[in-house]
Amino acid sequence: MLKRAKIHKYFLNNKYIVLDINSGGVHIVDEIVYDILDLYEDSSLDEIIELFINKYEKTNIIDAYKEITSLVEDGLLFSDEIDLEFDYNSENIIKAMCLHVAHDCNLKCSYCFASQGNFKGERTLMSLEIGKKTLEFLAKNSGNRKNLEVDFFGGEPLMNFELVKDLVTYGRKIEKQYNKKFRFTITTNGVLLDKEKIDYINENMDNIVLSLDGRKEINDKMRQTINGNGSYDLVLPKFKEMVEKRGDKDYYIRGTFTNKNIDFSNDVLEFYNQGFKKVSVEPVVTSEEMDYALRKEHLDDILREYEIFSKEYINFKRKDQDFYFFHFMVDLSQGPCIVKRSVGCGAGSEYIAVTPEGDLYPCHQFVGNKDFLLGNVDDGIINANLRNMFKNSNVYTKEECRNCWAKFYCSGGCHANAYYSHGNISKPYKLECEMEKKRIECSISILANLEDE
Amino acid sequence: MKYIKTLNGKNLKDTLAKGGCGECQTSCQSACKTSCTVGNQKCENSSN
Repeated sequence: MLKRAKIHKYFLNNKYIVLDINSGGVHIVDEIVYDILDLYEDSSLDEIIELFINKYEKTNIIDAYKEITSLVEDGLLFSDEIDLEFDYNSENIIKAMCLHVAHDCNLKCSYCFASQGNFKGERTLMSLEIGKKTLEFLAKNSGNRKNLEVDFFGGEPLMNFELVKDLVTYGRKIEKQYNKKFRFTITTNGVLLDKEKIDYINENMDNIVLSLDGRKEINDKMRQTINGNGSYDLVLPKFKEMVEKRGDKDYYIRGTFTNKNIDFSNDVLEFYNQGFKKVSVEPVVTSEEMDYALRKEHLDDILREYEIFSKEYINFKRKDQDFYFFHFMVDLSQGPCIVKRSVGCGAGSEYIAVTPEGDLYPCHQFVGNKDFLLGNVDDGIINANLRNMFKNSNVYTKEECRNCWAKFYCSGGCHANAYYSHGNISKPYKLECEMEKKRIECSISILANLEDE
Repeated sequence: MKYIKTLNGKNLKDTLAKGGCGECQTSCQSACKTSCTVGNQKCENSSN
């Protein structure tokens, strides 16, 4: 039987870091501990002393060994795999929705997974009737969950903004009736923003995701208007106004990087220099045949870019604690419980996407793929087998995840990435895995530097 | 300790007792929309 690793250790940004895979323990260690850990499980103290006596003082080796032993006894080093038996979401509760209020878009971004907004179907807008049914469906199917999430998504949701407003009003009305709290969010390209919409969104949306790609020349190559012009100059001032007026409320300005801008840290910093403090720039999700796709041959450069940027980020954080790069954020002390860490995003089970017609899919990335049609807002989930397939895909059921040190940080990764790379949601997408592992290593090394001062 | 500084000493096993309440934010609703990232979320169960 394969012996699964119990710790993961690495050196990055001048720190020796040890992760205890199963307990979630995170330790910054001296080099002597880092060295001894390789031998600790299979060697005696005498053997370890003999091996390192030319490098370290004997008393130091003994002391370091004792410290390791103490953490082992506390269950924070070399801890065993947790035998987690849980019946995930047995009540089939749904608590979050991606609401596709418009399958239409006023940009034609080259890399759009929604095929320029229509998800390979008709260009359609959601009706008020379907929208209301959807919110009711969510409220009725949410069991004892109090907080319900609704993300207005598209295409471009501002193309159906009257519906967005009507549904916020309707949601506020029925949340009292059902004793729920709707958290509304919106993901927009910003083209149609004006003063009225900015004020409305800032007042009513708990979080907003603003799509733009960092540097103007990068953005304008990929994110073009229907007329083929770059969208940067059109959108940037609107996003600035929106964020300036937003105060302390959450937002992310979110870009995509492709193989045309593997130096994506420059896009992150361009956002920062433009006044945006909460930034996400993420790898493109597309077929490997596309000329801008990220492929295996780009991986080394991408991983190097994350490392280089992590060093810069530490310096930025020392000067400005309010700067956040989404993929370098990790919450070690108040993070999610082990159940959440095992099951991941909840797509197809707790989280579903709803089309303008009221059809239900496991998430926004499966919309339009009829093999993944779950049901509709009138009849509910019809394809229970499909739901079960998603429910049963977690870090314990996916062999590659079970053997991976990063499983409780990434939680098995994105089902859609897995499916579109291998045709199987149970087989993780390797390229994404490698990027995610590097981001986790960077994130923890950043914390190690900032908290060790 | 002289050689080890523990950044996180909270054992995931201990979150099992009161875990799985499901109130936390759905990860894909935060910023990503294309990449699952769970480790950076907050637990919303105050008793955990």
